[in-house]
Amino acid sequence: MLSAKHKTGLVFFPAFDWAISPTHPERQERLLYTQDQVFEEGLFDIEGITEFKPGLVTIEDVQRTHFCVPDPSAVMTESHFISAGGAKTIGTALMEGKIKRGFALVRPPGHHANRVVHGARGFCNVNIEAIMIEHIRHAYGVKRVAIVDTDCHHGDGTQDIYWHDPNTLFISLHQDGRTLYPGSGFLDEMGGPNAIGYTINIPLPPNTSEEGFLYTVKNAVLPIVEEFKPELIINSAGQDNHYSDPITNMNFCAHGYAELTRLLNADIAVLEGGYSIEGALPYVNTGIIMAMAGLDYSHFREPDYDPEKICQRPHVTRQIKETCDAAIALWQQRKVLAGQVRSEKGLSRRTRQIYYDTDGIQEHQTEIVKICGNCAGALLIDSSTNEQAHILAVHIPPDACYECRQQGLKWFEKAGADNFQRIYLQDRTTDRYQIKKQSI
Amino acid sequence: MIIGLDVGGTHTDVVLISAQGLVAEAKVPTDFSNLFNTVLDGLNCVTLGINIQKIRRLVLSTTLTTNLVVQNKLPAVGMVTAAGPGIDPALFHPHPHYYKTAGALDHRGREIEPLDEKRLPEIGLKLKQSGVRYAGVVTKFSVRNPEHEKRMAAALAPFCEHVFMGHQFSGALNFPRRIATTYLNAAVYPSHKQFFEFVQKSLNQQGLGVPIRILKPDGGNMQFDASLDYPAQTILSGPSASVMGALAYAPRGNTSLVIDIGGTTTDMAVLVNGVPLLARSGIEIGPYKTSIRAMLTHSIGVGGDSVVRVQNGAITIGPDRAGCAMAYGGSSPTPTDAFCVLGRADFRADRKRAAEGLAPIAQMLEVPVQEAAERIFRKACVQILEGAQKMVDHINSKPVYTVHEMVEDIQIQPDHILVLGGPAEQFAEKLATLFDGKVATVPHYHVANAIGCALASTTCEVCIYADTARKILTAPSENISKKISPDFSMRDCRDIALRLLREKALRHGAHPDSLEMEIIEQSQFNMIRGFQTIGKNIRVRAQVKPGLIHGYDPKTEKLMRDDL
Ligand SMILES: [Zn+2]
Ligand SMILES: [Zn+2]
Repeated sequence: MLSAKHKTGLVFFPAFDWAISPTHPERQERLLYTQDQVFEEGLFDIEGITEFKPGLVTIEDVQRTHFCVPDPSAVMTESHFISAGGAKTIGTALMEGKIKRGFALVRPPGHHANRVVHGARGFCNVNIEAIMIEHIRHAYGVKRVAIVDTDCHHGDGTQDIYWHDPNTLFISLHQDGRTLYPGSGFLDEMGGPNAIGYTINIPLPPNTSEEGFLYTVKNAVLPIVEEFKPELIINSAGQDNHYSDPITNMNFCAHGYAELTRLLNADIAVLEGGYSIEGALPYVNTGIIMAMAGLDYSHFREPDYDPEKICQRPHVTRQIKETCDAAIALWQQRKVLAGQVRSEKGLSRRTRQIYYDTDGIQEHQTEIVKICGNCAGALLIDSSTNEQAHILAVHIPPDACYECRQQGLKWFEKAGADNFQRIYLQDRTTDRYQIKKQSI
Repeated sequence: MIIGLDVGGTHTDVVLISAQGLVAEAKVPTDFSNLFNTVLDGLNCVTLGINIQKIRRLVLSTTLTTNLVVQNKLPAVGMVTAAGPGIDPALFHPHPHYYKTAGALDHRGREIEPLDEKRLPEIGLKLKQSGVRYAGVVTKFSVRNPEHEKRMAAALAPFCEHVFMGHQFSGALNFPRRIATTYLNAAVYPSHKQFFEFVQKSLNQQGLGVPIRILKPDGGNMQFDASLDYPAQTILSGPSASVMGALAYAPRGNTSLVIDIGGTTTDMAVLVNGVPLLARSGIEIGPYKTSIRAMLTHSIGVGGDSVVRVQNGAITIGPDRAGCAMAYGGSSPTPTDAFCVLGRADFRADRKRAAEGLAPIAQMLEVPVQEAAERIFRKACVQILEGAQKMVDHINSKPVYTVHEMVEDIQIQPDHILVLGGPAEQFAEKLATLFDGKVATVPHYHVANAIGCALASTTCEVCIYADTARKILTAPSENISKKISPDFSMRDCRDIALRLLREKALRHGAHPDSLEMEIIEQSQFNMIRGFQTIGKNIRVRAQVKPGLIHGYDPKTEKLMRDDL
């Protein structure tokens, strides 16, 4: 009898009745053929593989991670509560020892969703991995988490949420931002002053193949993760690096994804993008599940797999090696860099424009963080949009030191409700979420 | 008049039902070494002094095929698969006459690798030389396109007596289950055919001319000639016989739990509004997970003869059994002994021995024997109800794949229990004190399984897959593949499904006036490539609901139809 080497849990939620719009890549049909393949392979029957029904996330779960403007129900549909719920279900099953690893094969995805949410960007409304991780931290006291984002697009939302958090290592491999949405994720994006070096971006050139991805994992990702010593490894498992994906330019394959999954050995994978719904997804998902469960995938290939066609060119290989070397060098310098950026005590400020391509919203954001060597730092965000939203948000991180917590509370108390529609406080030290509203 | 016969583990139960009601019933011991005699003995018991010409219907539920599988007495079967990308099918089913040939289809039934037909005669010859007379051919995604399987079967036909094809049995996507299902059908085919031909012949000689019907694990029956195409659909029909026997008494509009308490185990099923819930995938027996349609049943190791122990100061019951109760000469205390001590057993029971058996238990619990008996009884009921709740939780945690179903979140909770099996009355009384709802015994609970056989109607299922981009429709189990126009709709698909279902049901012996058909699954997806809609992908599954034949009145328990 065929049985899984590792107890593996799956949540499969294809949301067969949900789409951004009828012809959008994020439509009903997206996981149809994946379901066909996974069912036909009989994967759910294999001893040691268990399918779980997704639960729903609560408003509290969402507000532990996000500032939704004006509130979660305004920016989320039922399907977002379920897809985040699916990730949470897997996280819970893992933490309670029911499984050794898990895969939330759910849609819609989440890795482009920032801490502040005004609407949908990059097909994402809320960050399902972050909601899951913050639930796990809250419920099970887990501290150190590594997120490896292997979607073809830069995981800018996840990066935003963990920008200041030295307890979360965020590594994103993606197609070079000069050639693909969202246009970010360069080597010099390394995290805020309190967490510098804990955001690591590895932009890969177009036409990177299995060789390049596996090289990057072995030579950059794994050494860094190993040194970080996370309690949990999360893989944002986007599948749009596939050679047949219609909206990207990479040359990765199903066997490569399976191999990457084995090497990474993540505790939890969460599906992100991937829009080659017939040519890639059925095979990539099957490969990932096989690899997670410890089944033999050595002969597993797409029907149209042709190694010659997707062979990696030497200049691509060279470029990947250089990028990996640079990423490792930055990681090794993180303490020196931290000393430099934290030499000036006080507050650090950054101002950004954030575009919500899916919903057409333009957000203007000013973020102030208290520079701190002891915690992730109190965080103040002033956010306004071209749709006349204007809010102020205060985040006090879970491990906040006394000064940072006092700073956060002071910001919230002092903020004049006349200047903002809403003022939010997310105090993670007490798991409190509070809103002050403008009096009309 | 109708005869229902259910071969059980120890007894074979037979009933005769007529316009006057349940006119005869019998219990004969089951002789596994001679099932044929058991069946004929049973039939003779209820037909004594009856004009057998008047018997219009005869339904049998036997353990013939079940035993072959459980005891691993299956003949050699040749299995040939063609798979394509994925798990190596050899891993699913280690097998001495297993062959793999090149050839692959994808999820839409498109050929992604041509079938290696040249290898097949060579395989056929090898099978023939090894004395293998039955074979199964299975390809991945054959339910989307049975072409490769058909060609494989044709190539092997000259070398084998009978070749079964995977797509004939179920429209469900599950290649490993399709392999197991095809294998079991081929493996039980010769014994099944021989046995029932023999039974039919002897009955004919006695003047009983009606075609034999055979009960299936989904609670429906099929005529013997149809069963030759699906012989494995006779495996594990026993639990469904009992459930069908209880079904007549299940209140409509309620969710009922059917609890069949035997000597070794208690089997449970759920009826929603009088219709049994079916298992999601199919029966599982021994090492085989199949796509054979079956009722959803749950079995726990608690029965009248389960061994009672005290562990860490608490009573445990089962899951093992060591012969019969002490009251009937056994050596370990059992719940039956508890009934006996409480004065609830029949005259054959030795109450003194039962009390002796319970004495050590009472001593460990530091209570009088009477009190120990009471606690054992209660514990058995609690374990049964816990088992039932586990089953209900399992049903309620079934994954769903649409936002709509998630939001709707239909949860079942039984509000009615129907008890049958030997100690039904004793248990029903106690269960009533522990369950928040109505508890009743099934009338004639000691032969309800045979009544269930007698009254079960014919069931079947049809699956259709249509792809308007490829302009094809396939109903694999109906041997239909045809061209469709690009404007083919869900409605067209439903119409075809119901028409095919009706034809199939009639072929299998259903009565045309009492067909309860329903669409159980339907989905339609627009297929978008680029920003263009290239077609629709439609899937429909339809079934004849398991239920009782029309013309039986459960109130009077009489047949109200002249043709029966
Ligand atoms: Zn992506
Ligand atoms: Zn601090």
